[in-house]
Amino acid sequence: MDNGTTVVVIAIVASAIRLATPLIFASLGGVFSERSGVVNIALEGIMIMGAFFAVLFTHLTGNPWIGVLAAIIIGILTSLLLAVVSIHLRGNQVVAGVAINLLAVSLTAFLLEMVWNRSGSTPSVEKALTDNPFEFLEGIPVLGDLFSRFTPFVYFAFLMVGISYYVLFKTSFGLRIRAVGEHPRAADTVGINVYMTRYICVMISGALAGIAGASLSIGTISLFREGMTAGKGFIALAAMIFGKWHPVGALFACLFFGLADAIQIQAQSFGIPIAQEFLQMLPYVATILALAGVVGRSVAPKADGQPYEKDMG
Amino acid sequence: MNKNGLKWLWDNLKLPLIAIVLGFVIGAFFIIIAGSNPIVAYTALFKGSVGGLTKIGETLYKTTPLIFTGLSVAFAFRTGLFNIGAEGQYIVGSITAIAIGWYFQNLPGTILLPLILFFGALAGGIWASIAGFLKARFGVHEVITTIMLNYTALIGTNYIIRTVLNPQVLEGTTKMAFSVSIPEKARLSKLSEFIPQFGYSSAHTGIFIGIACALAIYYLLFKTTLGYEIRSVGFNPEAAEYGGISKKKNIVLAMFISGILAGLAGAVQVAGLIYKVNMSAAMSGYGFDGIAVALVGGNHPIGVLASALLFGVLSNGSRKMQLAGIPKEVIGIIQGVIIIFIAGKLVVQLIAKRKKTAVHKEAE
Repeated sequence: MDNGTTVVVIAIVASAIRLATPLIFASLGGVFSERSGVVNIALEGIMIMGAFFAVLFTHLTGNPWIGVLAAIIIGILTSLLLAVVSIHLRGNQVVAGVAINLLAVSLTAFLLEMVWNRSGSTPSVEKALTDNPFEFLEGIPVLGDLFSRFTPFVYFAFLMVGISYYVLFKTSFGLRIRAVGEHPRAADTVGINVYMTRYICVMISGALAGIAGASLSIGTISLFREGMTAGKGFIALAAMIFGKWHPVGALFACLFFGLADAIQIQAQSFGIPIAQEFLQMLPYVATILALAGVVGRSVAPKADGQPYEKDMG
Repeated sequence: MNKNGLKWLWDNLKLPLIAIVLGFVIGAFFIIIAGSNPIVAYTALFKGSVGGLTKIGETLYKTTPLIFTGLSVAFAFRTGLFNIGAEGQYIVGSITAIAIGWYFQNLPGTILLPLILFFGALAGGIWASIAGFLKARFGVHEVITTIMLNYTALIGTNYIIRTVLNPQVLEGTTKMAFSVSIPEKARLSKLSEFIPQFGYSSAHTGIFIGIACALAIYYLLFKTTLGYEIRSVGFNPEAAEYGGISKKKNIVLAMFISGILAGLAGAVQVAGLIYKVNMSAAMSGYGFDGIAVALVGGNHPIGVLASALLFGVLSNGSRKMQLAGIPKEVIGIIQGVIIIFIAGKLVVQLIAKRKKTAVHKEAE
């Protein structure tokens, strides 16, 4: 490989991983929620909330890590709305998700106007998390260039994949989650608290989607812009399905979608002759094909989307 | 109307009514946070959207697409399907309308206009059937497929506008970010042509097509065998299957009809209001608003007409509120709150029940 090609490849790979990062967090959130039986259409809205509050609190405190914490907290609070409606009130999970997405768009735009007296986007925060946290890695030949483009969120995303896998498949709590998502009645019979398990999972999902939002705002362009999530919450949902509701599967799906996005963005500057729309469409079409069984069948947890009513008898 | 009729009406109306009231109450809090007076704000909202025939006209043209998408979502709900894809079916309907308008531009308007509406509706129906088929054949949840189909439609339409139906390609102008327009002879009439008092408002005859569709859907659902089958599948699919009603056939059919309505929303919007389609990075929102319209309308065609009007009022009035210095986002918050209260219907039911017991106690 000559020098020019290496530069191009590194640029595309780095861009792919950075673009995949918010998707990884959000799709892991989806995995937790749906493994416990709650469909989370609200990932998009929770990401918007996380993105906004990360910028707001970074702006207020000057510390981007407090911004991340705020994004996690607002993510959990927003997801509680979904949890209450879909678990306690046994309401329609999809309707609640749609409502949260609508509320998140309006609420953040409202607060943007209240706090900064302007609409469209916030000013940039001075300190963000857009730089490589491990400078010594930049010394590595060839790959150093790659590492120099990573943000703290990139490392954290990969770490979360490992943790999620461990929690879901190697702990008794994970076993309980999967039992509740597959057969809540049976889980209840053996003494698992179905409501509690679902609440915790939806809150984990909210925390992860909140971080996803933060990684998009203070982890990418240091500001919040209306509409900046642009359907990424739904792509994360697609990645979760494409990855067969498995953390590692979701990771690879996100990297694949991130790569398609990166090629799409860089295609024109490198003169790659492919219509940008086909690459933009890829995640959605791939997911439909996966669901139809064309590229390895994806099957949802059995009790996904079904409210559980405890027998009072 | 006899006493039973009134009771039936109240039973069906209380959920949306309480949700709407709660929506406005919570909206009032946000208006106060924004430093304004809710009464002033809501007066501006309603004066701006129904105070005078011109303003009513503006509200009506905002209402028109919502009638179709609301009916679309409501009809699918009746079969137990959640058509979150009205958004994409709307887009497919609108771009098909443009294509028909261009390629058959030599036909007289009296033929071309019905053709545009027919094929726009058909395209929406076919697009929705993909989700119906995947559900019937593989048991894939329609919410997921329709979301994916929404973005596929949006991006695919951008591609078509950029490379096929662009004025640059067809009319030799410079490159545009929108499609060619449909010919003038194939457009729906403005209401102001018949009633001058509608003034500058863009209200058009599409609203009558919407009302006709609502009546047709009412007839289809409640007066025909097909409607009975569709409602049976929605009510209890196992029992319906046991009674000899094919679940699979009705799922595909219901999605097709639901898609026809959303596709028609797009075609009517093109023929009555926008005449061309813009490239866009985001959804129009009519499909998602259709979900709210269907829920508030109790998934009943006549209820949908009323709730589409309410959302038309909110959407038109939000601009008027903004002129009065209140962030227009308050309207979005009100809509979100209404939907979430309807989703968690138990809260509303609890309030209604408490009221009822209080009334009963008073009676004793």
